[in-house]
Amino acid sequence: MDTPAFSKDVFYLTDEHEHAEGASTALGFWLYIMSDCLIFAMLFAAFGVLGGNYAAGPSPKDLFELPLVAVNTTMLLLSSITYGFAMLAMEKNSKGATQAWLAVTAVFGLCFLGIELSEFAHLIAEGATPQRSAFLSSFFTLVGTHGLHVTFGIVWILTMMVQVGRHGLIAANRRRLMCLSLFWHFLDVIWIGVFTFVYLLGVLR
Amino acid sequence: MLSPSLQKFLFGRFTLDALPIHEPILVVTFIAVALGGIAVLGAITYFRLWGYLWREWFTSVDHKKIGVMYMVLGIIMLLRGFADAIMMRLQQAIAFGGSQGYLPAHHYDQVFTAHGVIMIFFVAMPLVTGLMNFAVPLQIGARDVSFPFLNNFSFWMTVGGAVIVMISLFVGEFARTGWLAYPPLSELRYSPDVGVDYYIWGLQVAGVGTTLSGINLIATIVKLRAPGMTMMRMPVFTWTALCTNVLIVAAFPVLTAVLALLSLDRYLGTDFFTNTMGGNPMMYVNLIWIWGHPEVYILILPLFGVYSEVTATFTGKKLFGYTSMVYATVCITIMSYLVWLHHFFTMGSGASVNSFFGITTMIISIPTGAKLFNWLFTMYRGRIRFELPMMWTIAFMLTFTIGGMTGVMLAIPPADFVLHNSLFLIAHFHNVIIGGVLFGAFAGINYWFPKVFGFRLDPRWGKASFWFWVVGFYFAFMPLYVLGLMGVTRRLRVFDDPSLQIWFVIAAFGAALIALGILCFLAQIFFSILNREKLRDVTGDPWGGRTLEWSTSSPPPAYNFAFTPVIHDRDAWWDMKTRGYVRPLSGFKPIHMPRNTGAGVILAALATVCGIAMIWYVWWLAALSFVALLAVAIGHTFNYHRDFYFPQEDVVRIEGERTKLLTQGA
Repeated sequence: MDTPAFSKDVFYLTDEHEHAEGASTALGFWLYIMSDCLIFAMLFAAFGVLGGNYAAGPSPKDLFELPLVAVNTTMLLLSSITYGFAMLAMEKNSKGATQAWLAVTAVFGLCFLGIELSEFAHLIAEGATPQRSAFLSSFFTLVGTHGLHVTFGIVWILTMMVQVGRHGLIAANRRRLMCLSLFWHFLDVIWIGVFTFVYLLGVLR
Repeated sequence: MLSPSLQKFLFGRFTLDALPIHEPILVVTFIAVALGGIAVLGAITYFRLWGYLWREWFTSVDHKKIGVMYMVLGIIMLLRGFADAIMMRLQQAIAFGGSQGYLPAHHYDQVFTAHGVIMIFFVAMPLVTGLMNFAVPLQIGARDVSFPFLNNFSFWMTVGGAVIVMISLFVGEFARTGWLAYPPLSELRYSPDVGVDYYIWGLQVAGVGTTLSGINLIATIVKLRAPGMTMMRMPVFTWTALCTNVLIVAAFPVLTAVLALLSLDRYLGTDFFTNTMGGNPMMYVNLIWIWGHPEVYILILPLFGVYSEVTATFTGKKLFGYTSMVYATVCITIMSYLVWLHHFFTMGSGASVNSFFGITTMIISIPTGAKLFNWLFTMYRGRIRFELPMMWTIAFMLTFTIGGMTGVMLAIPPADFVLHNSLFLIAHFHNVIIGGVLFGAFAGINYWFPKVFGFRLDPRWGKASFWFWVVGFYFAFMPLYVLGLMGVTRRLRVFDDPSLQIWFVIAAFGAALIALGILCFLAQIFFSILNREKLRDVTGDPWGGRTLEWSTSSPPPAYNFAFTPVIHDRDAWWDMKTRGYVRPLSGFKPIHMPRNTGAGVILAALATVCGIAMIWYVWWLAALSFVALLAVAIGHTFNYHRDFYFPQEDVVRIEGERTKLLTQGA
């Protein structure tokens, strides 16, 4: 906080002391992201403890198809880049371009979800269900929770497209796009963790 | 009649058998609650208060009103939690010599579970959150919290959780697992009924509210301090509130996650905490205590803040060792994450691990001890005024020290192997929670009540309540230390050894004294409202306060401060008073304020319905209410007009009335 020096006998401000609207939003949203990050930390910890408990069932080596997961990772990384383009368009005050890049981001997000769901369906069809072993319980929960976040992220992107369309790139909407940007990139970071610890290290296990 | 499949679709596993009409205790309770409820609702309707309550309170985003509502919730739930306590005390006092007592086992197990859950989540938490909500923005010279709507929503989510737990009393049953619902007992295989699901959804709904309110208060304290208030000029209560809310944001997501995993086990048949298919029940115990230990500091830290404010105010001195007080609080905040394993030394983690956690636990008592010395040195050579807040503070200092020392005893792993799960442990944590959190809440209520409502609480009834509580506490819990040392374990319903009975009878007597303490507290509030003109305080500063909240009127106007204060000293108001501050009488401007909204009530109601539908497997209702929840939440984001300007003429009028009162008083 930049505090101007006040003389010792000034006890109050005579002008209305305005905190810029939404001044706390960035901090508040970061705090939310950190709390969400802790939920993922718990799920990673659960996977760390239970990830080797196959209960005589399939192991990561039997199940994971790394090329498919690599394509999926690419989808999510590309969606992060396109979200970056949306933010650049917002900086240039270009409403249409912002909406367009948001739409592209949502499409990449949907591709990611589609591939993930087909992977899940494939696993379940093979009998590798969440009920099969503690390893699979923790796998499905960690990856599924991430997928659920992506789903909500897409709903949010669509909402923002409508709101930008209605009200334009006003301060409130810029703030919201900034928060959504944090959220979306955060999901990317979590996915890097999932890709590394669950898929890559799982196959090495 | 409906076909069984349609019935199952519509009502899930709910049938009329879920209503406990065959249990006389519950039927009588239900009749009493129903009559009381009808009387209250009838009175509200008769006096046409619904509109007033909805407009001025339920939909209010004013941090002061939300704080008061938290306190009301905490006090109401205290009555329920205490009813459970006195039932247990009575059962244990008579269930000797072949007597089964009066509570059947399945009921008794629900009672001790509900007692713990309610007292922690729906009494202690609302009381603490209520005090922080009310006092923190005033202490830092802010107009409201950072996210006023979120604040209202958080409160109603807490209410939603409380409602879910209360419904379990009359529809179905509550968990019979103990307050932390350890698996494998809490798994579907051993607890197939709705009890554990009530537990899970009650805590999940309330937990969302707690986490969001934590985020809100951190942002408020970091971002909205008045100019000149550096971090090391914040009042100690604000410091402890900051640390507590950091703990909330860093701990409650863990609870959310671990309960979600337990739900997956129960609803989808996964194997996180089962003892088959590779599950690991001890992982639950570890995870829940990684939340649970910070939780006890979440509860106690704000009250340490209250004691600091009270001690400084009622000895008329600056707080001794402000800096060490702040660092002690921060140390406790960090250390509280490094001690969780002391709750289950008997897990078998080995000597090295147990030693580590034993030593960290002993270390954490050092900053706490430093705080006690700071309070003592503040009192040393002070002019101590033995008003109620100060009395509670002194009772705390004596009682909490005993509880702290028994805690250090439990921190020694070999001793803990003997005392684990015994009544010694029960006595210890009641010693610190009642002697620390509850005494602090009473100190805080007596201290800030005149600020909230503009009149003091009646001291005579308050003193009666104080003595009944303090003496009752010692009668109720010192016998449990003795019993615990003799090896009596917790959660027992009947006893064989008749020589133990006398101790349980003494404990029951203590509980009866506490009951009188609670009655006197209610009488204190009632008679204070009745005699409010006699107890009126027009100055806004009845105790000779030192911090900013005492600079404004009592009750404070909606905008808290007509002009944002500028801070030059830790005891900002004391500094203003001693250096010739003159209250401004003109130059008022319109003030930017948040607008009330009903969205919080609606969202929390939908979340509560969703939770109840999940408990009873009514899938269509769960899906419907969840979709509605999302729709209302998204709909609410389309509302861009969330604030307004508090009109200048109203500020002039309100401040003018205060000027008149102040000159009359002088």
